Order: sequence, then structure tokens, then C-alpha cells
Amino acid sequence: MADEKKLILSASGLTKVFGFGRQKTVAVDHVDINLYEGEVVSIVGESGSGKTTLAKLLLGLIKVTEGDIYFQGKKRDIRTRKKKREYWKNIQAIFQDPYSSYNIFNKIDAVLLDCIRMRGDRKLPQAKKVELMAEACSFVNLKFEELTNKYPFELSGGQMQRLMIARIFLLKPKILLADEPTSMIDACSRATILDMLMQLRDEIGMTIIFITHDIGLAYYVSDKVFIMERGKFVESGSADDVILHPKEAYTQRLISDVPKIYEEWDLSTVEYSS
Amino acid sequence: MSEVMLEVRELTTKYITRYQEDVYAVDHVSLKVEAGKSLGIAGESGCGKSTLALSMMGYYFPPLHYTSGEIIIDGRNISGMDPDDVRKSILGTEIAYIPQSAMNALNPTRKIINFIEDVYQAHDQNKTKQEIYELATDCCDILGLPPEVLQKYPVELSGGMAQRTVIAVSVILFPQILIADEPTSALDVTSQKMVIKMLKNLMENGIIKSMIFITHELPLLYNVTDDIMVMYAGQIVEQGTSKEAVFDPLHPYAKGLMGSIIVPESGLRDVKLTAIPGVPPNLKDPPSGCRFAERCKFVRPECKAISVGMHDIGGGRAYRCILSEKELRNLYQMEADQNGR
Repeated sequence: MADEKKLILSASGLTKVFGFGRQKTVAVDHVDINLYEGEVVSIVGESGSGKTTLAKLLLGLIKVTEGDIYFQGKKRDIRTRKKKREYWKNIQAIFQDPYSSYNIFNKIDAVLLDCIRMRGDRKLPQAKKVELMAEACSFVNLKFEELTNKYPFELSGGQMQRLMIARIFLLKPKILLADEPTSMIDACSRATILDMLMQLRDEIGMTIIFITHDIGLAYYVSDKVFIMERGKFVESGSADDVILHPKEAYTQRLISDVPKIYEEWDLSTVEYSS
Repeated sequence: MSEVMLEVRELTTKYITRYQEDVYAVDHVSLKVEAGKSLGIAGESGCGKSTLALSMMGYYFPPLHYTSGEIIIDGRNISGMDPDDVRKSILGTEIAYIPQSAMNALNPTRKIINFIEDVYQAHDQNKTKQEIYELATDCCDILGLPPEVLQKYPVELSGGMAQRTVIAVSVILFPQILIADEPTSALDVTSQKMVIKMLKNLMENGIIKSMIFITHELPLLYNVTDDIMVMYAGQIVEQGTSKEAVFDPLHPYAKGLMGSIIVPESGLRDVKLTAIPGVPPNLKDPPSGCRFAERCKFVRPECKAISVGMHDIGGGRAYRCILSEKELRNLYQMEADQNGR
């Protein structure tokens, strides 16, 4: 390929089937995806289209039914716990619900110290660790002094989501999977979160995969967009091509359903369905 | 001038925390909704949008308490009325409420039709089961819901379907005013569009006369309502028609909010999103001056000293800032010029 960018994560024929026999559900159906270094891609689809299942497959949280995942050119191997941990140093995730992303019994220091341990900096002096944590907190506009001795549930949703980004800042993974990172927080904090993620991308050259149903967000942040329907990619390409000039009927419908401010929002095309 | 369906004058309500602290979540809010009009309320999480909705309905159950002000629904003053009376004689028949999460609003152990029977019973309307069934089927017909949903349990419905069912149940007694509190924030875009179409149909068919729509999603609000009010820390900071509020906001907070809109339209990819730094004030102890002063880009020393009232500039437009319209416009112009360079 003429493209200079290096392939970092790819999957071919990725399939996940839940259940068997008559209750078989094919959640992800022979998906091929190639992700390059420093790229921002979005996977867009309705509820139940298999976006999150795909994310979990890429993260190695659930077993692949069929197909292969390649990480940095080699076949991904996460058969043992040790190898899994090694893999997770390279790929990290932010989830939709910040309230359930933390262990409620751990204080915020513990959350961040865990990241430092994961980087392999377990033996650093305490002062250095605090310095690292403070740096990560200041990156996301939080004050570390105010956070020590607090539990995650004492923070607001936006603050928790920012703390999640502070974790990413400490770990500096190669790939970040953001599964609906802004759907639970309001529009105002959304801009802040997106800004921080983009800044991280520029600083450490991370690949970001957004999983979202917010087409506006996908258009705003990503280089490439994949539209997913019933476990398959129906359309993919650069954000401008896919969002502004959609070819597939499904994509066209999806985009026409988003309320816009400069164009008329046509309600007459709506058909009620279950 | 058309008939005023709902009028709220200087309404103030508070929460009493378990440490006996007063939190004024709605602070001197005045608004008016005319028949045939819809009003949108925007604002970030925790600014008092939902509390305002509950207060407007007279739904005062602890820890929410009524403090002062007047609520006039269809010519009837309900301020200070006993909440249990309000529930019986106002809710459902005069004013109805659609909650954010439809699934939590429905009783999982009862079929939808039983739920509708309960609604009639709670309002002392003597009807036989057969009559109720016929009325409910008619209602489903008008709203484009398949009548089979009546015989289903809530878990059998999808998210969008459940939300539409909740809307059908809430208008079954033909209320005049409908308050929709973030009815679509848990739904995907397709179901969202169905819900919005249904609400618009209700207005067009004259089943409801006015609607109040609460959300933090501005592009949606712009497409749904006639007027928009922006709330910040329990106060209204901007008021105007949808077009004015979205394209020509005057209050610095509203301006910031409009700068954070993301829509998939050409040209908007290169626009930089503006994020408002800082967090809203704690309402336990709100600042004495302008509540937005801490986060405002154009803050002046006097902002923090004197409390600011609403500036009415005619045509239904108002904003809460000590600067005049002209000064604000100049500041925005200067900012735009700087960013352009």
C-alpha cells in the first residue's frame, strides 16, 4: 500500500455469535477493519447494530467466534492472563457510563496508582508517583490535591470521564477505544472531553476508535467513518464522503434522522415501526 | 393575543437536604406559554430544568418544597395547593408529564392496558373495562401505535416503543399542556425522530394545546419548539424564539452553549468547539452577584457585586447580564475577529 501510515490493528472475517440453534444471534458478521497509527475512526450505528460487541472483541473482553485479529502485524495472542495484560498496555478503553467504570471501593489515588503500576513504574519513589499523578490530573483540568482521599462517586459525571482520560494520559496506550464517551454528559462538557482526546492524539500519536450513535460527533472528530448495520459494515470511507454524500440507503436514512440547524429537518418521512 | 395556557410568576422552589440546608434549585423563574405554542428549556445537567418542570406541575413532594411565586394553569392558580389534590385534579387532566426514562415509569408487572385502567381509576372516572379499552385503542390509532401494545408488558417493548407508549398513556385524559423532560435522550436517532413526530402530531391534532420540552440537545430543541429559554444555576439567562436563541444568543453562557453544538453538516468540521471552563456554582451557597461571573470571559468587577435582573429588549427577548445588547454584540464581534486572524 502506498500509504505511509503503519497498520496497527486489523481484523479479518471477525464474527461473534451469541447463543446457538434457534436462538442464534450473529452480533458481528464477518467484519474486516484496518486501523492505522494516529488515525481517528468512528464506528456509527443504531442501538443493537453490534458496535459495542465489536469493541469488546477488539479489546479482548469476549471470545472471538471466528476470524483473526492482528496487532502490529502479528496475530494477537491473549490466551494467558499475562499476555492479556501485556495487550491491554497497548489498548485501553473509555466506556459510556462513567459511574460504573470505577471500582467504588477504590479511592482516586488507587485508580491512578494502578495505572502507574501497569506501566511498570512500581518501584518509583512516592514523590515521583505523586508528581506523575498531579501531571495527569492537571492535563484534564482536575486538581490532584482536591481529589486525594475522595472516592469516584463523589465526582460529577464529567469529572469522572475526565479522570478516565487522566488514566489514558498515564498509560499512553497505542489504541484508545472510546465507547460512547460523551452520551451520558451534557453538550457543554462534551466539547471539553473531545478537545482533550484530540490533544492526546496529537501528543502521543494514539489511534482513537469512537463507537457512537451521534453522527454529529463522528463527523466532527474522525478521519474515517464506518457505518454498521446488523453486524456488518454497510459503508465506510472518509468522514466527508460518508456523512455529506452517503451512498447507501441505510446511511442516508440515518443521517436524515439527525436534527440539523441549517437544513430543514424533514419529519414527513417518518414511518412508525416497533 | 391568544390565550395563555400556563403562566409562572417569580417561582422559587427549594430542596431541603438532610442537613437542613436550603438549595434553591429554581430561583425567581417567570415564563408564559400560549395556546398552540411550544417552549423549550435548555441548560446543562444540574441547572434546575427538571426541578422547574416538577415545580410547574405543583408536584411538591419532599425534599422539594414550594417557597414563593405563582403558577397559573389555564386560568387556575395552583400555587400552594396540596400536592395530593394537585395529583388528583390537575395532573393528567390539565398538565401531563413525560419522564426521561420510559422503562422506569412503567410498572414491569402490569400490562399497558392495566396501567391505563389505573390512570382512569386514580382520577375517579367511572368507566367499564370495555369503555377504557375502546378509548385506549382509539388513542393508539391517532398516535400511530399498534393496538397490540396494550396487551403487552413493558419489557416486551423496545426503548422507542416504550417511550411512545408512555406518551400515549400520559395524554389519555386529554391534558392541555404536556411537559416532556428529556424524552429522547436515551433513544437512538431513528426512535428519537418517531417520538418527535408523535409530539408534533399531538400539537397539530389539538390533543394538547401547548408543550414544554426540556433537553440539553440544542439542535433538537431548535427543530421542535417555537421559543427557547436557557437556564443556568436555577435562573433563566436567555429567552427568545428558537432562531434568535440559537443563531443570535446574547448572554455569554448561551453564546458558549451554542458554540458547543455539533451537527453533521458541511462546513461545521472546521469550526472550533467552544468549551466553557469551570463548573456551575454550588446552589447551597450561590454567589451574590451574577451566577455566571466565575466562568464568564467578559467578566467585570461589578458583575460579582450586584445581582443582575433580566433585561427585556422587546419581542419576547430577554437576557440576564449587566452589559447592554450593543456592548455584548461588540464583544462577540471582537472575539470573532480575533479568531479569524
